Amino acid sequence: MATKASRSAARVMMAPAVVLLLGWMLVPLIMTLWFSFRTYLPLRGGDQGWTGFDNYVRFVTSSSFWPAISTTLILLIGVLAITIILGVLLAILLDQPMWGQGVVRILVIAPFFVMPTVSALVWKNIFMDPTNGLLAHLWRFFGAESVSWLSDVPMLSLIMIVSWQWLPFATLILLTAIQSLDGEQMEAAEMDGASVLSRFFYIALPHLSRAITIVILIQTIFLLAIFAEIFVTTGGAFGTRTLSYLIFQRVLESQNVGLGSAGGVYAIILANIVAIFLMRIVGKNLD
Amino acid sequence: MARAVTNQRKMINTAAAWTVGLLIFFPILWTILTSFKSEAQAIADPPIFLFFDWTTENYSTVMERSNYGRFLWNSIFIAGGSTILGIIIAVPAAWSMAFVPSKRTKDILLWMLSTKMLPAVGVLYPIYLLFIQFGLLDNVYGLTFVLMLINLPIIVWMLYTYFREIPGEILEAARMDGATLKSEILYVLTPMAIPGIASTLLLNFILAWNEAFWTLNLTAAKAAPLTAFIASYSSPEGLFYAKLSAASTMAIAPILILGWFSQKQLVRGLTFGAVK
Repeated sequence: MATKASRSAARVMMAPAVVLLLGWMLVPLIMTLWFSFRTYLPLRGGDQGWTGFDNYVRFVTSSSFWPAISTTLILLIGVLAITIILGVLLAILLDQPMWGQGVVRILVIAPFFVMPTVSALVWKNIFMDPTNGLLAHLWRFFGAESVSWLSDVPMLSLIMIVSWQWLPFATLILLTAIQSLDGEQMEAAEMDGASVLSRFFYIALPHLSRAITIVILIQTIFLLAIFAEIFVTTGGAFGTRTLSYLIFQRVLESQNVGLGSAGGVYAIILANIVAIFLMRIVGKNLD
Repeated sequence: MARAVTNQRKMINTAAAWTVGLLIFFPILWTILTSFKSEAQAIADPPIFLFFDWTTENYSTVMERSNYGRFLWNSIFIAGGSTILGIIIAVPAAWSMAFVPSKRTKDILLWMLSTKMLPAVGVLYPIYLLFIQFGLLDNVYGLTFVLMLINLPIIVWMLYTYFREIPGEILEAARMDGATLKSEILYVLTPMAIPGIASTLLLNFILAWNEAFWTLNLTAAKAAPLTAFIASYSSPEGLFYAKLSAASTMAIAPILILGWFSQKQLVRGLTFGAVK
């Protein structure tokens, strides 16, 4: 039904969005690529010319590279494990008949709407402070020594904070997926004498696998880019420097733009590997 | 579901779900409560849950001391401006992709999505440099523009999925009845599209309000929104729990309320229509 005229009208209507996003993608990307091949120290002599792949080699051979990679992975895997496992359980719980379902749902989703700097700061000071924090009070109440959360167990603390922020997202998406589960199938299985556990593993979990994959992929993209939570709580100290935070420090704090840009290119490649899988799933859904 | 549920089972479900729900919500609740305490009561050991001398003093202190109003205005301007600008640019694009799809529509949509996956830190310095060059550093307009760009893919996607749900037969029927293109858009399509546009507006306002990479890196005193204002509370002010709580409560309250209205859109918006 689309005529030639409507096709060209469609192109005109799409143009602003396409042109803007194209510019947003290409201009900084090309600049990052350009800088990554140069010795560029804005505060110490500026652009000192071409260095080939030097920055790329130096970035991965620097002593902070592998710790940053392992920190990134620990954070990623820790948060994914907690949010997916608790998310599945919580989604199943919230799907059961109960009183006040709507209100409980609101309570569970709320943390997602708290801005990252607020949740990081509230957790850091009001909960995890070793002297006055609520957790310190709780520990002392049980006669235990209070813990300096962010310096003694920094990764655990960070994983806790970030998981609290992302659990609502996982729960909400898994709940949406569970609600599309065929109730009669469950009922039939129950009548045939399938136990709760086998109903969970053979019916609910396979049904959820697609939603779980989507949660993993989307969260991975956001978790690889985690910034404010680290910026506010530890500033990258105590071994909490992730790959993105390392790049941020190279670029803005030590103003070594060439080196930081090479790191940026690595981060872009990494994110794109994840993105390809996500786009496949999303793309399938479009047909 | 036709399955009969015993009252006992329903009671157990209710108790379990409420316990977990309150546990998850507790940090927010505690922050709100602490904002009404005096500083001494805020750090009292054992902690006081409800029976303290309620005061609104912290709120007035925060308002007076830190020029809170300007940060609030910056947040509203940046989140609102970037969302409205994004919608203006995205509506025609999503519209044409939903109603005049071509072979390349799918590729364009996926490509738009891929720009969202670009790690911000990878392009931090170029943007920073461009901002300095154009005098946009610590400028609300510059930040509004950047936030519009990072949310544009989500806006296009959400609108596209909503528009696709508008049945094409209705348009044909209107055309049969002799409606012109203008009246078709004005009287048939727009009323049906408004709920989708409103949902998109809401979710993207929330996302822009809470954005905390560009807002922290591209602003200083002048254009800083609430995200950056709160980050500046890190220390030593952060040790004044009651004031920190008051500042935090003011920063999250409007979004918590908006957020409750947007639960459903959240799923659609953040999974790009992959889960509905």
